[in-house]
Amino acid sequence: MTLGLFIPCYIDQLYPQVGQATYTLLTRLGHQVEVPEKPACCGQPMSNSGFAKAGAGCLTDFAREYARFDHIVSPSGSCVLHLKESLEAQHSPMAHRVYELCEFLHDIAKVDSLPARFPHRVGLHQSCHGLRGLGLGSPSECRVPAFSKPARLLQMVAGLELVPLDRCDECCGFGGTFSVFESDVSVSMGRDRIQDHISHGAEFITSADMSCLMHLGGLLSRQAPQVKVRHIAEILAGTAESEAEPSLNDG
Amino acid sequence: MAQPLTHSAAAHEFQRDPARAAWHDQTLWMVRTKRDRMAARVPEWEQLREAASQIKEHTLSKLADYLEQFADNAAANGIHVHWAADGDEHNRIVHGILQRHGARKLVKSKSMLTEECHLNPHLEKQGIEVIDTDLGERIVQLQEMPPSHIVMPAIHLKRAEVGEVFHEHLGTPAGLDDPQQLTEAARQHLRNHFLTADAALTGVNFAVAETGGFVVCTNEGNADMGAHLAPVHIACMGIEKIIPRQAHLGVFLRLLARSATGQPSTVFSSHFLKPRPGQEMHIIIVDNGRSRQLARSDYRKSLACIRCAACFNTCPVYRRSGGYSYSYFISGPIGSILAPNVDKAAHASMPFASTLCGSCTAVCPVKIDIHAQLLKWRQDITAAGHAPWWKKAAMHTTAFVVRRPALFRLGGWFMRRTTPLLNLLRLDPWTQSRDLPPAPTQTFRQWHNQQSNKK
Ligand code: SF4
Repeated sequence: MTLGLFIPCYIDQLYPQVGQATYTLLTRLGHQVEVPEKPACCGQPMSNSGFAKAGAGCLTDFAREYARFDHIVSPSGSCVLHLKESLEAQHSPMAHRVYELCEFLHDIAKVDSLPARFPHRVGLHQSCHGLRGLGLGSPSECRVPAFSKPARLLQMVAGLELVPLDRCDECCGFGGTFSVFESDVSVSMGRDRIQDHISHGAEFITSADMSCLMHLGGLLSRQAPQVKVRHIAEILAGTAESEAEPSLNDG
Repeated sequence: MAQPLTHSAAAHEFQRDPARAAWHDQTLWMVRTKRDRMAARVPEWEQLREAASQIKEHTLSKLADYLEQFADNAAANGIHVHWAADGDEHNRIVHGILQRHGARKLVKSKSMLTEECHLNPHLEKQGIEVIDTDLGERIVQLQEMPPSHIVMPAIHLKRAEVGEVFHEHLGTPAGLDDPQQLTEAARQHLRNHFLTADAALTGVNFAVAETGGFVVCTNEGNADMGAHLAPVHIACMGIEKIIPRQAHLGVFLRLLARSATGQPSTVFSSHFLKPRPGQEMHIIIVDNGRSRQLARSDYRKSLACIRCAACFNTCPVYRRSGGYSYSYFISGPIGSILAPNVDKAAHASMPFASTLCGSCTAVCPVKIDIHAQLLKWRQDITAAGHAPWWKKAAMHTTAFVVRRPALFRLGGWFMRRTTPLLNLLRLDPWTQSRDLPPAPTQTFRQWHNQQSNKK
């Protein structure tokens, strides 16, 4: 079984360490991982802004490059949700083969232990698209048995302590282009999110969505640089401690 | 106050007072947590939501039949039934009834439908005094402002501000901010109006097709006070307020108060079936664009809304931008999908006032897919040409670039080299408050290609 790894555009360019950690983690678990050459973006930014038609080509590219895989995995809940929903709208069977990383590890690979160690106090930001969109956990609005797939995976990491939060699953205010077009509200939401984590003593904020972390990390770097963001793949792969200094220059 | 053009501009204004914005957020979050506690006490909460959703779905699929059944039964009970195609017709009907009775003063219990139809200004122009009797509604009426929230119309005001309004209009001592004293002052003032009103108007929370009766929910009993004292009771309802059977009421009444304010039930759930001897009772059934929404399959489920405002209280954007930041009288997530039905251009920014976090959908007692409808409206609104040119250009450029690997790599290379400068200049809405990440020297793909070459 070969896995198709989908690394979204912004992770490719700005957070290569997240892609590396995902790749490392999956191969270490014994999967054959392939990264097709073409797709860069799932088309979500366009759709989110009301230009789904303009972004539709991204889905075409994606479907062409990834159709051959049994499972497609991506370390980005919101991109996965967008892919799933768009494929579903086209009645494509691929819709059921796309997984967010935690979802894949939890539901398909059924991982029950990880060799990772991360002796820190960590706040889990349950990104909305992952939580309510993909059902990675139980949303606080609903009266359903409580569970969280990312939290279960984090609990397998030695030394890691999850901090409680006052608002366990409130949105961070990123919201794709919302963060730019509605920056006042977006920033206010983000500040409240990081404050919740900081006041509970988090040293790191993690999430299954790098986009939320880009927003929260951007605020932290101005306000509380001692608190860092780490994508969940980095913690689960045990690469989170390093500052992910790539060893070679690009050409 | 002139209505600001876009939600983001209005939200910017609201956020200029961060302490107040934080207070607003916390006040509404408290309501949300009360709702959570109350919902948790009902073990079958999720089944109730599902039942409510299905009853509404079913009702909407046979709406005309149920409305007719309701109208027939109501008429048989001795209620005068009127149909209004739009707000103007609704207002004319209300005015006609008042005229026939020579009524000069109307006491109104809270009704968002009359807000929608602009009934107050219409009647006032005809020389009729209109007194809103819901406490919150009365406060904003005295201020000559619309409600900022559909359940708690004056939730945006602090106690001291209410004290100021009362000082100015009701003659209470300056600086009064004791809630009990303020409420007492309002009560005395309203009592006088109840006793001297010529007619009473109420909204309708649920109209029961099977019986021809209807239910009005209030916390202050003001609907009862008005309806029981005045010789004429006019009830106004949108066509979507209908439920098929009396037995369904239990589902909705249990959901409504818990979702709205975190109370087990509203203090008064008043059931009206027929006029009391000597009283005249009217019901006005209003369409005003609802059948148009019903015909739009993407948005028809929005008509299931029972106006509990749980989606407002849970919405992180509403909490941090306030009710007046939306261009429609129903603000918040549900308003953002109802408003474009009325006027796409005028309310073009409302569906964008969301991060699509989905909390509204998850909290909604009748399971309306609010955030999915918001996303649909975004497509419809831009397709209709109501997007700023620069946004359109930016999105088309992005779409073009991300599909062309060479161009994308070049763009990324450029971007990664300019982030330190952007962080320094802080010229764009992102870097004004947030740093862009330190640029890595290598992309994932470059790393991955090296891995493959090593093998
Ligand atoms: S959309 Fe749902 S949550 Fe919002 S007011 Fe209507 S019923 Fe309540």
